[in-house]
Amino acid sequence: MAELYIEGDPIRDEKAPEGPIEERWDKRRFSAKLVNPANRRKLSVIIVGTGLAGASAAATLGEAGYNVKSFCYQDSPRRAHSIAAQGGINAAKNYRNDGDSIYRLFYDTVKGGDFRSRESNVHRLSQVSVEIIDQCVAQGVPFAREYGGLLDNRSFGGVQVSRTFYARGQTGQQLLVGAYQALERQVAAGTVEMNTRHEMLELVVVDGRARGIIARDMVTGEIETHFADAVVLASGGYGNVFYLSTNAMGCNVTASWRAHRKGALFANPCYTQIHPTCIPVSGDYQSKLTLMSESLRNDGRIWVPKEGGDQRDPREIPEEERDYYLERRYPAFGNLVPRDIASRAAKNVCDEGRGVGPGGLGVYLDFADAIKRMGRPAVEAKYGNLFDMYQRITGENPYEVPMRIYPAVHYTMGGLWVDYDLQSTIPGLFVTGEANFSDHGANRLGASALMQGLADGYFVLPNTINDYLADGPFETLDENTPEAREAADAVRDRIDTLLSINGDRTVDSFHKELGQIMWDYCGMERTEEGLRKALDSVRELRAEFWRSVRVLGSNDELNQALEKAGRVADFLELAELMCIDALHRRESCGGHFRAESQTEDGEALRDDENFSYVAAWQFSGAGQAPVLRKEDLNYEYVEMKQRSYK
Amino acid sequence: MALKSAMAVTGAILVLFLIAHMYGNLLVFGGREAFDDYSHHLRELGEPMLPHGGFLWIMRVVLLASVLVHAYAAVALWRRAARARPAGQRYAVRRSAQSPARRYATQTMRWGGIIIVLFVVYHLLHLTTNHIAPGGASNSPYERVVNGFSIWWVVLSYTVAVLVIGYHLWHGIWSALATLGANRASRERALRTISTAIATIITVGFLIPPFSVLFGLVS
Amino acid sequence: MNITLRVWRQRSSGDEGRMVTYQVEDVSPDMSFLEMLDVLNEKLTLAGEEPIAFDHDCREGICGACGVVIDGVAHGPETTTTCQLHMRSFDDGDTITVEPWRAKAFPVVKDLVVDRSSFDRIIQAGGYISAPTGSAPDAHATPVPKADADRAFDAATCIGCGACVAACPNASGMLFTAAKVTHLGSVPQGQPERDARVVQMLNQHDEEEFGGCTNIGECAAVCPKGIPLDTISQLNRDLLGSLATGSAE
Repeated sequence: MAELYIEGDPIRDEKAPEGPIEERWDKRRFSAKLVNPANRRKLSVIIVGTGLAGASAAATLGEAGYNVKSFCYQDSPRRAHSIAAQGGINAAKNYRNDGDSIYRLFYDTVKGGDFRSRESNVHRLSQVSVEIIDQCVAQGVPFAREYGGLLDNRSFGGVQVSRTFYARGQTGQQLLVGAYQALERQVAAGTVEMNTRHEMLELVVVDGRARGIIARDMVTGEIETHFADAVVLASGGYGNVFYLSTNAMGCNVTASWRAHRKGALFANPCYTQIHPTCIPVSGDYQSKLTLMSESLRNDGRIWVPKEGGDQRDPREIPEEERDYYLERRYPAFGNLVPRDIASRAAKNVCDEGRGVGPGGLGVYLDFADAIKRMGRPAVEAKYGNLFDMYQRITGENPYEVPMRIYPAVHYTMGGLWVDYDLQSTIPGLFVTGEANFSDHGANRLGASALMQGLADGYFVLPNTINDYLADGPFETLDENTPEAREAADAVRDRIDTLLSINGDRTVDSFHKELGQIMWDYCGMERTEEGLRKALDSVRELRAEFWRSVRVLGSNDELNQALEKAGRVADFLELAELMCIDALHRRESCGGHFRAESQTEDGEALRDDENFSYVAAWQFSGAGQAPVLRKEDLNYEYVEMKQRSYK
Repeated sequence: MALKSAMAVTGAILVLFLIAHMYGNLLVFGGREAFDDYSHHLRELGEPMLPHGGFLWIMRVVLLASVLVHAYAAVALWRRAARARPAGQRYAVRRSAQSPARRYATQTMRWGGIIIVLFVVYHLLHLTTNHIAPGGASNSPYERVVNGFSIWWVVLSYTVAVLVIGYHLWHGIWSALATLGANRASRERALRTISTAIATIITVGFLIPPFSVLFGLVS
Repeated sequence: MNITLRVWRQRSSGDEGRMVTYQVEDVSPDMSFLEMLDVLNEKLTLAGEEPIAFDHDCREGICGACGVVIDGVAHGPETTTTCQLHMRSFDDGDTITVEPWRAKAFPVVKDLVVDRSSFDRIIQAGGYISAPTGSAPDAHATPVPKADADRAFDAATCIGCGACVAACPNASGMLFTAAKVTHLGSVPQGQPERDARVVQMLNQHDEEEFGGCTNIGECAAVCPKGIPLDTISQLNRDLLGSLATGSAE
């Protein structure tokens, strides 16, 4: 192990206040320096990404009077992938009078994260959750309502209280459109300058501070240098390292990875969430996986044939030859076990050769019993839109034939390390939303990603970034500043290299191969042997990439292959760090399952003695062993327990 | 938007005129005297407040203005559409996603309008000024009608024109109501029914007299 | 399946474009339309020809990035987004014509990629409720009748893909504009700015050189999210109301 990484000095979150947990956020807000409204217009902030975390931050900082420069790779900020979130957003409103509270949301989230998140951050998230709903309603977000005109709630992801607010199956879309409209309002007001079809390719660090970015105009190919007093990355997660995931095709790690290479620590990269109910792969042309709401597990029954290789029509397989494996193994929770358990169980039965559908990578999700019990109209009313979606994609009618599902990568809990202020280890570089690591620990609960994105963007960052900006404005820079010129030259060199290799393999072929390696060895179940193999394969693949990738066209035009090539190059470096992180963490926790660390029943077994820390990695050069900096996690309020779903 | 509202309002005026016109036409069944009296009375309407033929001239002015505004708005919108998808940016293949009937009604408004204008000119020269007099000229409006519609191709030309008008109205009435803000999902069906009904009544109402003449029911 | 594709190729906005014909073999009926284009692009790349540029991102029908005109119909023969269209909707041996959205307000960037920033500018003109962060009252302070909330939601599901403009014989952006006017005008929070919003958004719509609406209905017929045509009527009603009271001035 020692050859893989070097253990460095531990790291601490210097900004986290002490004292009773419910007072910490107030305390921090009070101790943070303020910026006089008249001075704000002299200060500028770059925000990369326009999803929930980015758009909300840009709008809010613009309203406050700062000069904001916002960037997104899409043609409009409204297309960021937050838009695809279906389920809902949690808030501790206790509108149901069912015993919910800020403290309970805090407790559920810490426990759900399998005790690998920070108590202070999670408590703040729960406090702020309440304000998010108010804010969104004021913007006109059309949440589901009851006949009395009040907001509807549902229980989500196995929690016992109804605290999830939703807008049919399109909550993410509605919240993002709300944030997008607030953002466009500031664009009209002149406080936000929107740069669409711009991709950040490098961070500019001057005198130890993040002072700007190098971005490529994706239409003209121009390499632009943008300066500001602070830089915020709200660039999302890195699930696309697996090639097939529920992420959008363009989601990438480049912004985060470039910052990591410039000194920002990357925390817990191996924590990925795999969602159990996705539509399986149908062929090698497959470009992405589509998630179906896990609410389907409320009424559908999951099974595979008892015998491997059973090619019969599922409807002809008699009851006694079916294995309802979740109901069998987890009689108490049955089909409703948490995401990671359901996912792994599906993988296990498929590994045994009992999977169904093309390639044997699928299990049945059967509504025959539900239709018999509730009647088809009731099933249709509850799940009609999901069934339609399934039928559109697969061409099969789920009312007649059982659906086939398989797990898919969905969310990444790891990300750039940030302190309580959401500031990374590079002063002036802030990271929000899925791009940071902070609030979900080793596993994220349903309906919590939207909550975190908006909490960071609307309420947390705008109250912490002023502490940093109060020392500004910093020295004026221009393109001739050596650090900026160097960064821009590095970007140009890399593009030139990618365009000049002219090998014999497409970018996608590398991406697919990388995804397969990561899925096989750094996916739902990880072993020391597999991870070591993955490390070798990834390194080999990276070398081959730089030898034989083929990118046609030129830089001075819209060049989608060039865009992809840069992203895949960064994924190839990230993949290595993910494997090292997964190797070093010899325990199972949340979404990270090490086969070597399980209970007798095959459940994840944490090792709190040795691994109750955040693994923050420091970059020490391409191909060099990274440095591990540990941040100890202490639990003063929630007692550490082993999960059980028997 | 102003153009669209102008189209809706002037269109509504023209529809009201058509209904009155249709009523007059149907008087043909009352015989020569009733029909000729009616057309004569149109000139005396409003007397002595208005001079002889005054009402008719007011109506002509209003109608002409309506037609001109309607046509102006149509041309303006047409040109705007052409600018919004200029030459060099047109589709190589173009298909409608609507049902054939709806497509036909909605996408023949402009050519339909031109056909209707040409027809109106022909119609005025025929039955109003009598410059065109198939079947023989006459001072009696009744005779002009009977003389004209005894000839099959005259009936045919009128039939085609009235059907074009019907189609124009079928979509036009609904469209005017929508433009004036009357449409809602809950009313959609009712509005469609209303426009279909008015369009059908006007079409049938205008076709009855010529066919009655052709088949000798009126002579 | 074997498919013949006729695709619009255009190097950049300033260049002339033309239709180019490609053969795509061994197409699986389970492929999405965009995956079929992926397969073609892989082949083109290996053959040394630049791949076809097309916009796409989420590939699950919600981001609104994708959209091409397929055989003359925006998003193709099924009423859904291009990414959710599958090759089983076509037959072996078909010739399929693929073109970009065509409108002056949506200039072609490259091949099948167009610039839809005019939509963003329409939103900037008034497609929002002014509610600065932190200023909100409790979410339950104002109950919203369920019917209004549902109406707002239905209009708010617009994904801004631009199919309405592409399909409209007038190249009008009225359905997009009307969806936003209806969304925000259906909730109580949107009332204070209601009169001004419709006028400002419509002015911007016209300034962007979209065509005028003549109630043809092609827009709603291709809309992948089923935005109802009556939103346009609601926009008209709001506009007439706003002009009548003069409150927009």
